[in-house]
Amino acid sequence: MKVNTKPYGLIEIDERQHIHFPAGILGFENLRDYVLLDALQQPFYWLQSMDVHEIAFVLIEPNIFRPDYQPDVSPLELEEIELSPEDKENSLIFSIVTIPENQEEMTANLQGPIILNRKLHIARQCISENDKWKTRHKIMEELSNIRNSVC
Amino acid sequence: MLILSRKKDESIIIGDDVEVSVVDIKGDQVKLGIKAPRDIKVYRQEVFTEIQRENLAASKTGTKLPEIELLQQKKKQSE
Repeated sequence: MKVNTKPYGLIEIDERQHIHFPAGILGFENLRDYVLLDALQQPFYWLQSMDVHEIAFVLIEPNIFRPDYQPDVSPLELEEIELSPEDKENSLIFSIVTIPENQEEMTANLQGPIILNRKLHIARQCISENDKWKTRHKIMEELSNIRNSVC
Repeated sequence: MLILSRKKDESIIIGDDVEVSVVDIKGDQVKLGIKAPRDIKVYRQEVFTEIQRENLAASKTGTKLPEIELLQQKKKQSE
């Protein structure tokens, strides 16, 4: 199928890239269908709305810059996408990235992780119950923290 | 909006099985107890608002993404 994407225009998408959000994304509840694309720039992904071409989110896997990250979401939320906390094999965790004009300042939302059931291709924006995780973690700062701790 | 006055240790019932009680009042802070079936999710409203606001900001991200491939290599080295 062809999908009109914000970053790459009209492109051919494999059916397996289609992700259904039964409850939408907070603030975008009416948009339920997205496609997940690898961005040309690693390590990012695009989550592109199939309904509104201007709506696309940049995603990152949070463990890249926070190896200690656990989303700590309620099992009830996972049930909504037919996952259990033990079912790590079928779940993929992403954070939505906000990139301001000064890209060094880009942040990731660890409080509202996107959790994907990779088998059923359904996903949900969950809410972390751990106060440690905020909506704006500075990715570059976190990365340099990792590097400093490795050295 | 329905507005009810409640004192400490009083409660309200919502629907058949949700009970919200005032556990404690100290100055401008009210401590609430919520008894609800386990399939009812309860969140602080500001967390919702905060995530909504961040999603809106994120949706305005331009299509030109930064190149941080180098940092990924750093990560691989550290593994």
